[in-house]
Amino acid sequence: MEHITLLIGIVIVTALVFDFTNGFHDTANAMATTISTGAMKPKAAVAMSAVLNLVGAFVSVEVAKTISSGLIDEGSGIKPEVIFAALVGAILWNMLTWLAGLPSSSSHALMGGLLGATVASVGFGAVNGDVVVMKVLIPALAAPLVAGLAALFATRLSYRLTRDTDERQTAQGYRWGQITSAALVSLAHGTNDAQKTMGVITLALISGGALGADADPPLWVIASAGLAIALGTYLGGWRIIRTMGKGITDIQPPQGFAAQTSAATTILASSHIGFSLSTTHVCSGAVMGAGVGRKGGVVRWSTAGRMIVGWGLTVPAAGLVAAVSALVAEQGNLGVTAIAVFLVASSGGIWLASRRQPVDHTNVNDMPEAETGSTSGADPDEQAPGVVTAAVQAVSPPPAAGPRGGDGEGLPEAEADAAAVTAEPAEGGDISAEPATAAATGHTASEPTETEQADPDATALRDSVPRQYNSVGAASRSSAGSSTSTASSVS
Amino acid sequence: MDIDWAALGEVFGVSLVATVALVGVFTLGIIGAGRKPSSGGTPVLARTGAYACFGVCGLAVIYGIYLIAA
Repeated sequence: MEHITLLIGIVIVTALVFDFTNGFHDTANAMATTISTGAMKPKAAVAMSAVLNLVGAFVSVEVAKTISSGLIDEGSGIKPEVIFAALVGAILWNMLTWLAGLPSSSSHALMGGLLGATVASVGFGAVNGDVVVMKVLIPALAAPLVAGLAALFATRLSYRLTRDTDERQTAQGYRWGQITSAALVSLAHGTNDAQKTMGVITLALISGGALGADADPPLWVIASAGLAIALGTYLGGWRIIRTMGKGITDIQPPQGFAAQTSAATTILASSHIGFSLSTTHVCSGAVMGAGVGRKGGVVRWSTAGRMIVGWGLTVPAAGLVAAVSALVAEQGNLGVTAIAVFLVASSGGIWLASRRQPVDHTNVNDMPEAETGSTSGADPDEQAPGVVTAAVQAVSPPPAAGPRGGDGEGLPEAEADAAAVTAEPAEGGDISAEPATAAATGHTASEPTETEQADPDATALRDSVPRQYNSVGAASRSSAGSSTSTASSVS
Repeated sequence: MDIDWAALGEVFGVSLVATVALVGVFTLGIIGAGRKPSSGGTPVLARTGAYACFGVCGLAVIYGIYLIAA
């Protein structure tokens, strides 16, 4: 391994970090509805998903030889700096969307990062425009539609078939079915997404001359990629799980089963037929479809719309950060170091910001704040005072008595701007990340409890109803679910 | 621009049919397994039917694992 230079080492570590963010970002895909219907306890669900992701990493021997799926011209060889910059863009986008609780595609983030870094490094000539449309645009539009319609019809059918049956009696059966479907989604995720990381690491090793041109990934690459994604999954992206399991619609066991089965079949069908769809888009679409399919089901289109805006921003935002990173990283070791420090600092800042309102396995089934408060009007306000203020606002605590919706609402736009602002003066990136970090740290200790108490209508409801939600049986579960939904649609 | 409409259509069709079929069959299984003797019909027949339904779903899961591993 004497061939592994410092740069290649950094690329490998960054790739594993991306794999890790991919893990906790995508836990929601398999487990969000499983957790929100009460089919599994939150911790047990993420543990099962983690194990299956790890198994999935080892299951398939077919290795993605091209990490970019032909998006860019790999013929001339990708420089390690470009891979590094692409990973930085993808990781930052994953962190930001996690902070906002938005499910967004990790594959798209990686593709966006690769596109941006390549354009910055080589120019637009190296990008295959047709493939971008074919592999990014069309699947992003098709995935939620396909999975959503399948889940919709499946939900309709199951409610029709069981209309003469007692709901409590069928609920347990549906929960088991749902666990099985979720397990398949987890396994498929481990196989697909861990392989992406293996592909990146292998490519870096090949470009550094540590491996032969057509080498398969060594065992330590497979094992470390599998472990990184499993660890990330076990950590649980609780914010995103909450959005998907509770934020889009109130999921009942038959809906959860229909949504998860639709997700599993769509993912398997698409990867088998060779028309890859993003797991995240498929699962989100399936949840929306299941929400529409139940009579009286309420889909919160504001949340869905925010997610879709996030999907649209994924490629440009990750690409922009990656492009700037690539330009700086190509300046030599100092540039690479600057970008690495920037990545660590901004990820740390995002993590600190997340501690203001921690979401973990204890409160994952509560309603997302953005939905209990008023969900209008936050956007223009945050855009107006300029991007820096917007970025700080997006990560700083909302006014105590005001609607907590302001936090999540303006995020997609503010994030893109924040990314741009922090990235533009590349070496100075840490400086502009500083205010956000400072604001976040200042409030870490006291803020969560204060905000909890200061927001009477939303918090009272969240504390009284859904806290018991976990422990009470199926009957009260459905009634608690409907009372939260009423409250949110009223406000 | 070379969009593979056929593959997209195939994904659409297969996903839709497979999802609705599996959910339908599994639901029938749940109904059959949960039916009480008092509610009419022969419980043995209902049970056998339910197990058959679950069997079909089990095979689908195995096929799914095969697809992932292949």
